[in-house]
Amino acid sequence: MPLDSKTEMPLRHFDLVGTRPLRPDGIDKVTGRARFGADISAAGMLHGQILRSPHAHARILRIDTSKALALDGVKAVITSADLPDRTNGNGDLFAVLTNVMARGKALYDGHAVAAVAATSTSIARKALALIKVEYEVLAHVTDVEAAMSPDAPVLHDDLYTEGVEPKPTKASNIAKRHQFGHGDTAKGFKAADFVIERTFRTAATHQGYIEPHACLANVRPDGAAELWACTQGHFMVRNTCAELLGLDTSRLRVTASEIGGGFGGKTTVFIEPVALALSRKAGRPVKLVLDRSEVFRATGPTASTCIRVKIGAKKNGKITAAEAELKYQGGAFPGSLVELGAMSAFACYALENVDIVGWDVVANRPKLAAYRAPSAPMAAFAVESVIQELAEKTGIDPIEFRLMNAIEEGGKSSFGPTFGRIGLKQTLEAARNHPHYNAPLAKNQGRGVACGFWFNFGGNTSVSLTVNIDGTIGVATGMPDIGGSRASMCMMAAEEFGIPYDRVNTIIADTSSLGFCDMTDGSRVTFSAGIATINAVRDAIGKLCARAAAIWDIPKDAVEWEKGHCEPAGANAGKFKPLSLREIAAEAANTGGPIAGHFEINADGAGVSFGTHIADVEIDPETGGARVIRYTVCQDAGKAVHPSYVEGQFQGGATQGIGWALNEEYVYGADGRLKNAGFLDYRVPVASDLPMIDTVIVEVANPGHPYGVRGVGETPIVPPLGTIANAISAASGVRMTEIPMSPPRLLKAMSERKA
Amino acid sequence: MLHVKLGGPLMSQAGGATEFDVEASTIRELLVKLGALYPALKPLLDRGVTVAVNGTVYRGAFLTPIPEGAEVYILPPLVGG
Repeated sequence: MPLDSKTEMPLRHFDLVGTRPLRPDGIDKVTGRARFGADISAAGMLHGQILRSPHAHARILRIDTSKALALDGVKAVITSADLPDRTNGNGDLFAVLTNVMARGKALYDGHAVAAVAATSTSIARKALALIKVEYEVLAHVTDVEAAMSPDAPVLHDDLYTEGVEPKPTKASNIAKRHQFGHGDTAKGFKAADFVIERTFRTAATHQGYIEPHACLANVRPDGAAELWACTQGHFMVRNTCAELLGLDTSRLRVTASEIGGGFGGKTTVFIEPVALALSRKAGRPVKLVLDRSEVFRATGPTASTCIRVKIGAKKNGKITAAEAELKYQGGAFPGSLVELGAMSAFACYALENVDIVGWDVVANRPKLAAYRAPSAPMAAFAVESVIQELAEKTGIDPIEFRLMNAIEEGGKSSFGPTFGRIGLKQTLEAARNHPHYNAPLAKNQGRGVACGFWFNFGGNTSVSLTVNIDGTIGVATGMPDIGGSRASMCMMAAEEFGIPYDRVNTIIADTSSLGFCDMTDGSRVTFSAGIATINAVRDAIGKLCARAAAIWDIPKDAVEWEKGHCEPAGANAGKFKPLSLREIAAEAANTGGPIAGHFEINADGAGVSFGTHIADVEIDPETGGARVIRYTVCQDAGKAVHPSYVEGQFQGGATQGIGWALNEEYVYGADGRLKNAGFLDYRVPVASDLPMIDTVIVEVANPGHPYGVRGVGETPIVPPLGTIANAISAASGVRMTEIPMSPPRLLKAMSERKA
Repeated sequence: MLHVKLGGPLMSQAGGATEFDVEASTIRELLVKLGALYPALKPLLDRGVTVAVNGTVYRGAFLTPIPEGAEVYILPPLVGG
């Protein structure tokens, strides 16, 4: 498919796409009927609990489960011995297995070491206390720069840095080096009138979804199994668990529950293999639900980072060179996703000379999981802070400065490929033209601007639809609905059929009912499931036309589809009264049987996405508190299928970014233990903390989608860190280089400036 | 003949070379030939890559034909949240 091409998309009229119908899952969610992960139960169900390491780094010498097993009500206890290594040399899968249950060493505070299934949660908890684990405590490291030090405690004695020459002969905590760029930065910096170089640090954050991980596993005596799970990808859960437990994929049926947020954190497995292993051992269904502390201690936070950025510019505002070195620790296993930070860092700018190096580092923290545009917000924070300073140095308005250097169609990206049709400049212009940008500011208030980029992608997608006897349509997709995909699929199917929205119902099918689907991640669902849905409708329309042709006794190609009806294609086809979808459906049993449509695709060409944000922040000079008083998101959505959902994504992403900028952080003690594993001490923004976030949907159609759709879910979390930092700088006169810009940190910086 | 450029850790796995000329008509053929030409690259290619052809990013549809003279980059796999 020629995606991201320079082909102009014809303007098309939509009847439904772009409107705001009611969401199909809304009533169930506001009335409590929706069933989330912990709401699923089964007869004879046991309750699972997980024992976790209190040490950041320790060798596990012995685990004695005998007393726990002897406790009345305990039906099974497992350790890593019950999850033998079936990963066949697949390092990524072995890391998942080892993260699910520690093998030989506990690698972070909270690492699972054993699990229990019992007839009640309280008995299971008592049993945990009876499991005796003998540890040899080892030196630990949680900071990214300390972990890179030559004398740091080494987590894995078989980890040798990839991507460096000569190949290392000594194991270290540096898993990989990535490099991107082009041109000659030394020459570029020589040509600059101003060069600014700064080092930034960002804390690890958690996705902060409201619903903790939960699942119910039921392994039957014949080895077949069912699993209900709160996940962003039940097909991923099925495949991963089947491999880890040695099950046939076809004999493990996974159903996704409703999901109370994921944001990338539910794109891997944590508890599902444990629940299955417990159920297999106990011979009964096992439900496992994490508490909030476990979610923080043992599920995916982001990387913590140290980023050095150097940018040079001419007096006229033209950037001449840019360099960045990014160090990301992603927890106890390789895979900090620093490469995505490196690729996205300068993606907003057209640069002749650019050099980016990224270091993937391991440390004694929980294994990283993706979080909305993984790795990009930290890199954008660093780059957009320096861009702002250069705009100030040159005396050029910050949006004008960005417009002068903004990447556009045909521009070579900082990571290599040439961009196709993109909308960064349009988002900058939308921000410049927004009343917010020129609104007056009061004392202690400042305004910041920043841009952000995210790749988006497509992926494997299956859609099956049925034409029911009453002419209604049932659509089945396999990606959990997190951001409103059921409504969007109903809209696109109805649009394509030319029937009302309420004639279509979309469900999320289980893994035994539909072809493989990738996860709900990468801002991919509206894009790729949209393509599959539209083509499944076209498949069904072809069959409907064939039925009409048979009824009329004319050739198939003499029938055409027009807004929910089959019509003769021109005068030569004959004179027949149009047949509606409902009429053809009613006759289906007598004209050849059920009518269905389906489509399977590995969709590529999702179309990248850019955004520009504006924030006004008010500083309290007494406390160092920073309050966001106005915030506007301008982002390219390609084509907004359901604008309310798109605006919701913009607002949600911005809110999470604001929390990251101002408050959220993993705080580790000197003992390597997480000190703030709860929402009281890990402060996410709540409604009363924020103003209503304004949104501008920019639509630069993506040629890779039949309706022009681009993913929108991740990009809005990229600019807020830089936007808020620039606003705080404008309000306080202090350039903050460390995230979060919490009150004590800002107060200290302002005091130092005064001194 | 295609001119292919590498990004990320791939850059150091081909004896310092970061650009190659390869005869291939699909992404799959390109990756197979690159792996055969530069065995040190093969494990990285097998673990998964993203291929950008004329700016379009491919994560899996590797039977996609590559036009003659296309701009081709091989990049690390993309992950989303």
